[in-house]
Amino acid sequence: MVAFRNAETRPILGRGPSPGLRLFFFALLSFGLMWLDQREGYLDGVRRGLSMVIYPFQLLVSSPGAVWDWVEESFATRERLGTENEGLELRLREADLKLMRLADLEQENLRLRGMRAATARIAERVMVAEIMDVDLNPYRHRVIINKGIGDGVFKGQAVLDATGIFGQITHAGEFSSEAILITDAEHAIPVQVNRNGLRSLAVGTGDLNRLNLPFLPTNADIKVGDLLVSSGLGGVFPAGYPVATVTKADKMAAQTLANVVAEPAATLDRDREVLLIWLTGVPAAEAAPDAAAKPPAVKQP
Amino acid sequence: MMLSVVVGLTLSILPLPRWLDIARPDFLVIVVLYWSIMVPRAGGIALAFACGIALDAFQGVVLGQHALALSLATYVAIKLHLRIRIFPVWHQALTVFWLLVLYQFVVFWIDGATGHAITDYSRWLPALTGAALWPVFAGLLGNAYQRT
Repeated sequence: MVAFRNAETRPILGRGPSPGLRLFFFALLSFGLMWLDQREGYLDGVRRGLSMVIYPFQLLVSSPGAVWDWVEESFATRERLGTENEGLELRLREADLKLMRLADLEQENLRLRGMRAATARIAERVMVAEIMDVDLNPYRHRVIINKGIGDGVFKGQAVLDATGIFGQITHAGEFSSEAILITDAEHAIPVQVNRNGLRSLAVGTGDLNRLNLPFLPTNADIKVGDLLVSSGLGGVFPAGYPVATVTKADKMAAQTLANVVAEPAATLDRDREVLLIWLTGVPAAEAAPDAAAKPPAVKQP
Repeated sequence: MMLSVVVGLTLSILPLPRWLDIARPDFLVIVVLYWSIMVPRAGGIALAFACGIALDAFQGVVLGQHALALSLATYVAIKLHLRIRIFPVWHQALTVFWLLVLYQFVVFWIDGATGHAITDYSRWLPALTGAALWPVFAGLLGNAYQRT
């Protein structure tokens, strides 16, 4: 503050390089950074450092919401907690019942898969992460979660919520990470129709309630109401988790590709908490880069 | 000055409802432009670059995108600062509008170059709201400037 007060009275000469020269220098620096950053991995260290610097800001901005939640929780009435508890117990009983059958099915499935020597990777460890109350670019579907490298988060890790697949980690910082939602226009996820095993890619549209399946021929066996589950190809997402339900399947005979639209199973716009999962047999270091899950240069029709 | 930069940075990621979020003015950009018009030797292009990098880090876009855009807009602001300073406030707002458009354009251009262009018309809205709010910013920041 004090330093620049007398800046105007300083002699004209000896003021350092002219604005033009400075601009040239910083523009060059920007271009250099962009060039390095586009080649994956060169600037990961820098990004990690930066994410540590900006973390306090994110914490500061999201704290009013967090405080409000805390206050609301501590003043929750007894009856509300009681009814909530009853509801949860009911759901737990139902889930237990289903689980009993599932254990048996899982065994059988493993045996069958073992015969074909193709074991699907299943979730080994799960961690709950909270979505921080921070706005990023309104045109991109990204969120910041409050877990980072310190908690074992890695780039390309799958993120789920209670009802389906949510997205994957794009940048893992020290204390917080950035995740991309499956509806982001830059994201694509390998899926499979649950009914008949038909495989395709579900590409984000930039709309929170829509996914596109642009690579299906008109004679593909897909119809409205079909459940799409993750196929596990690409190695990022675990196989067999719900991704979306088909809401529109236009097949015009004149065209080669069908126009298929699906609605995500995860409640992308209402989630406060998400699940991070670690798959069996993927060490964090060789986790597949997210490029593996994206088709190269998808053009939106 | 540093305080205003911190506030600007905080405002640029404050959670807002969707319809407001689209029209959210580039608070930090306006703060940087204000200081480069009023006190061009204080922060200048180095400050613009640093703030741009911070914005890049927040939004998780390619590093250097906002840095380049903000450096360029600040350069123009510094070049014209003597003229802009004596403009009446609505005329200043108009000039700032064009600076914000320049900034948005560079961001838009690099978005396209890195393969994820956002072609919505509403992406230019922040320039409009930013310019509309310029008198308010100039008043507030001018107050802060006089007191330091």
